[in-house]
Amino acid sequence: MDTCGRTLLAKIWDQHVIAQVSDDTDLLHVDRHLLHDLGGSRGLIDLKSRNLPVHNPELTFATPDHAISTASGRAGTIKTGQELLAALRTETSASNIRLFDIDQPGQGIVHVIGPELGLSLPGCLIVCGDSHTCTHGGLGALAFGIGSSELTHVLATQTIVQRRPKTMRVTFDGALPFGVTAKDLILALIGHVGAAGGTGYAVEYAGSAIRAMPIEGRLTICNLSVELGAKMGLIAPDETTFAYVRGRPYAPQGEMWERAVAAWRTLASDSDAMFDREVSIDVGTIIPQITWGTSPEHVLGVDGRIPDPADIADPARRGAIEIALDYMGLKPGAPIAGTPVDWVFIGSCTNSRLSDLRAAAEVARGRKVAPGVRAWVVPGSETVKRDAVAEGLDKIFIDAGFEWREPGCSMCLAANGETVPPGQRSVSTSNRNFIGRQGPRARTHLASPAMAVAAAISGAIADVRTMER
Amino acid sequence: MAQAFTKVTAIAAPIMRTNVDTDVIISINRMIGNSVRGSLGKWAFGSLRYRPDGSENPEFILNREPYRAAEILVTGPNFGCGSSREAAVWSLQEMGIRAIIGSGFGDIFFANCFQNGILPVVLDKATIDGLAAEIEASQGAGRLSVDLEEQTVTSPSGIRHSFEIDPRRRAGLLEGLDEISLTLRREDAIRAFQASDRATRPWIHFAGHQA
Repeated sequence: MDTCGRTLLAKIWDQHVIAQVSDDTDLLHVDRHLLHDLGGSRGLIDLKSRNLPVHNPELTFATPDHAISTASGRAGTIKTGQELLAALRTETSASNIRLFDIDQPGQGIVHVIGPELGLSLPGCLIVCGDSHTCTHGGLGALAFGIGSSELTHVLATQTIVQRRPKTMRVTFDGALPFGVTAKDLILALIGHVGAAGGTGYAVEYAGSAIRAMPIEGRLTICNLSVELGAKMGLIAPDETTFAYVRGRPYAPQGEMWERAVAAWRTLASDSDAMFDREVSIDVGTIIPQITWGTSPEHVLGVDGRIPDPADIADPARRGAIEIALDYMGLKPGAPIAGTPVDWVFIGSCTNSRLSDLRAAAEVARGRKVAPGVRAWVVPGSETVKRDAVAEGLDKIFIDAGFEWREPGCSMCLAANGETVPPGQRSVSTSNRNFIGRQGPRARTHLASPAMAVAAAISGAIADVRTMER
Repeated sequence: MAQAFTKVTAIAAPIMRTNVDTDVIISINRMIGNSVRGSLGKWAFGSLRYRPDGSENPEFILNREPYRAAEILVTGPNFGCGSSREAAVWSLQEMGIRAIIGSGFGDIFFANCFQNGILPVVLDKATIDGLAAEIEASQGAGRLSVDLEEQTVTSPSGIRHSFEIDPRRRAGLLEGLDEISLTLRREDAIRAFQASDRATRPWIHFAGHQA
């Protein structure tokens, strides 16, 4: 080991070790703890019942996103959502934790606001009671989701006990073909390695396609790490990262900025670093992706055909495909393009940032949502909403027949009364096509924002490359 | 305080689907809220267990005898993938599950199990398939045994399989240790780390409250 270089993971990990707990398990310092409405107040209440204070309230930040309505005026927030919001307000106030409340600058989906506010920094260790915390790895942070018990542990101690994961490097080389986005790259990877391909690993994304990618695309890539089973996904910070972080409200300034950047420049895997697994993807071979089933690994190119269980020899795999096709109401062997859709959702911590909305608006501009389709655009944060409105994107969407809504998680997880009705089919820019994810018996197809607009306009799953200008 | 786990001998139910995610284990609309604990067991696997009209789906294994009384699940690959919701573990616990045996688990679900005194056991896929086949052949008549002290799983017919487990996790479960109390014993080390890190990475440590 001593002769090998170190990985990005090892460099960030080692910097956070407070104590070794066992052979491969360490007590790590948590630099940023993000709370949301679904589980934040419960953790604070648990802590109170133990008569313990929050260890570092100044490193803890909260926002409501999961359980609030995204309708204008937050109308229709479900009763439980209102209770959770009230509890989050009470408990964060009692513990002196900064809350970015609804209708305030800074509110939004927790994984959108962290980077946007400069709370998420390169080299930082970030946890949140949400599996998509891996998103923040796009800035070169070590970020991962935790459960409720671990959340209370972090509140009480500002630390987390973690076993060091194995390391995987995924190298995306080449230039993105026309119509292909970060979302398509990561969906294609999940299709390639499977929904458990990254289990037990921290995944570092590298290669020329990543280096050329703006930060918001990197956040999308890292966001879906957990859908390939990896709790953590990360990308070495570079000049693109520093330019993104600079000047954000909580980012270091002045002389401290220079010191921070100097430290962040050391955060790259050494050229002789060894990974437990390596995967290489030539992005030139990727076309726009769409999922057909009930796991993100059930994905194909938009020109592909729905799998036929009759072609599968392995009984377990065949059975899984049969169950998924039955749930999704799809015909084996048929082309996926042309499948009629009822709903389109553009939003979520995967694809609700300004660049996502620009890409969506570019396809929507001057066109109309097909009759019978309901299409929503839910910006990821108050800041995204403000910036999109300043560019007139809201008007483009509204003119095309989309509903333009308030920031929140909305229809990604259906915790807020916003659901796809039973049996209806949705094309969604979110991260999970699980059974019941967008509502009981809802059928979800995951795709990029541009592909989602193409489906909304066409009234069916469509190849955005025939519509992009 | 986590429940201790030493040994469980009980009916085991195979749920061999691939990628059973935590949304399938507990639906969001059943787990949302701060006072749901205690009402979750009924809703575990809700979309598989109940038909749209609310009646039980007789084809789902946990609706059949003797599996209704199962305390052990034998599971397909990647069980518990997806959302970090700890309510997935709570719901299984509330329906009486003490151990889950599979070829692989979602990382966050796996950690959440230990926090609640539920033992997740990893065995190779061929062994899992064998266990499931044996249980199905006997229609659940036999008992499966999971022994954490010996680190063995014993099939109804008496075939013993050894399993590996992180020694720290093993000790924690055997004694029902509380991780927060353990970590708070290291308070001096935490404070020392923060003091030193404040000098190395001052941009991480906000001087005061920013609200």
